[in-house]
Amino acid sequence: MKVREQSSTREVYGKTLVALGKENPDIVVLDADLSKSTMTQFFAREFPHRFFDCGIAEQNMIGIAAGLAASGKIAFASTFAVFATGRCYDQLRMSVAQPRHDVKVVATHGGISVGEDGLSHHSIEDLALACSLPGFTVVVPADAIETAQVIRVAAATRGPFYVRLGRLKTPLILGDDYQFVLGEAATLRQGIDATIIACGLMVARALEAAENLSQQGIDCRVLNMSTIKPLDIEAIVLAANETEAIVTAEEHLEHGGLGSKVAQVVVQHWAVPMAFVAIKDVFAKSGTPDELLQRYGLTAAEIEKAVKATVLRKK
Amino acid sequence: MGKDQTTNQDLEAVAKTLRRHIITMTAAAGSGHPGGSLSSVEIVTALFFRVLRHRPSEPHWADRDRFILSKAHAAPLLYAALAETGYMPVGELCTLRKLDSRLQGHPDKTCTPGVEMTCGSLGQGLSFGIGAALAARLNSQTYRVYVLLGDGECDEGQVWEAAMAAAHFKMDNLVAIIDHNELQIDGWNRQVMNLEPLPDKWRAFGWYVIEVNGHDLAQILAAFAQAEKVKGQPTAIIAHTIKGKGVSFMENNVDFHGKAPTPEEAERALKELA
Repeated sequence: MKVREQSSTREVYGKTLVALGKENPDIVVLDADLSKSTMTQFFAREFPHRFFDCGIAEQNMIGIAAGLAASGKIAFASTFAVFATGRCYDQLRMSVAQPRHDVKVVATHGGISVGEDGLSHHSIEDLALACSLPGFTVVVPADAIETAQVIRVAAATRGPFYVRLGRLKTPLILGDDYQFVLGEAATLRQGIDATIIACGLMVARALEAAENLSQQGIDCRVLNMSTIKPLDIEAIVLAANETEAIVTAEEHLEHGGLGSKVAQVVVQHWAVPMAFVAIKDVFAKSGTPDELLQRYGLTAAEIEKAVKATVLRKK
Repeated sequence: MGKDQTTNQDLEAVAKTLRRHIITMTAAAGSGHPGGSLSSVEIVTALFFRVLRHRPSEPHWADRDRFILSKAHAAPLLYAALAETGYMPVGELCTLRKLDSRLQGHPDKTCTPGVEMTCGSLGQGLSFGIGAALAARLNSQTYRVYVLLGDGECDEGQVWEAAMAAAHFKMDNLVAIIDHNELQIDGWNRQVMNLEPLPDKWRAFGWYVIEVNGHDLAQILAAFAQAEKVKGQPTAIIAHTIKGKGVSFMENNVDFHGKAPTPEEAERALKELA
């Protein structure tokens, strides 16, 4: 799959909110003094009366969003991923997840590709936290095209959502005809020797790895697993059955994210060798996004290495 | 008993009935929080039997006033009020905290008709109340939002985040009632975490503050009436109360914060509340 251009998922989020706001007067948006970074500022400009800046008080923001949602609104609440989940975990649990309120937490600046701001701004455990909340749907779009669709699906689907976006512009890897289906993995490349299951910015790297591997005679399937919860069990089992080796790739800790979830399915339904391209049990340092992705092993080269090692373990 | 016909004597009788339910329920459950339930009885009585516009037969009526029990350990009191106003049979109260009961240890919105919000982790109710009040403004609805907080609960930072936001958003359809019984689990507020000057704090955050004797129904009703006239800012009613009010051996006795009366204690309490 060819990279066409770089595009910002945050910007697409902001613009999609504006479009949704025009279509549905019940859409309201909240932010915690980061609207210029999360891009909810577009909505704020267009619909000032339906936008609530809660200041640097994320827990209160989630509670207000819950109150609005309980009273018939569809509330989009945004801040950086690390604050949205870690700081607000109990608020998400009590005020959103349990009562199943229509709060859509769209968290930007996910992962370590935030870069120079350092560990306080690197969300490396947000997917584990979000997935641990009963009733939450968790989605990590791979590019701007998917982001626009995910935001629309979140608005149209009842219940709590966690959507993780990044800070970086990311390559457009999905075609204009791409159709995001909640809970379904998209097969971006067919293959028989191994399957790479990726989400977010690692999808582009998975495709790159698959391309390089094919030149070395290893034919990889690539799945874009944008919905982390509920997981597409069928696609995973099929991949295990047909390719007999699975490598997951995510910009998250090795524990509790996509890799853990996929492994849980694999061991229960069709046990095959697996490997995990993810951040090990460490906090990352400050650095440029590319330096960090390199340092913590989130590269196409790491995926290639993992695939080769896993293929060797096939029975 | 239609709420317009209730006299303050009628309300006092209701308050006594709710107190009896609190004792009976917690004794039957063998656990629960009688102390903070008893201290809020008059506040909840005034709300459910006089102030709130609500339809117990239609709990989700869109224009209902919202009551949010942020001090969620007072669940027995809320359940007693819900039963006495017709949201559920009074007989159901004895199922409190039992497996498969609709009456969870702390209020659960998904279980109990009339419960607006799942609470129990303290400090979250006021934020939710702001959201409900903002929705009323957006929808041009006239319902009002009442949030009952404990004073100990005001230790939570989120309460003050919400206090700041409610004043910022000029939520004059929002009333916070702080049950100021001065006791929290580890002891007196002033020993555990000093809150004073509590009314000044709310004032400084931009709220219109009314102080009342939280066991004087006339004062409480007057405060709610006054709050309806306040424009451009939220109202905080600081209700001075006594933890365990109405049962001599529970009054100001922090042991009964989270401990149910034994059958013998319940019998003594019910005699006092006869």
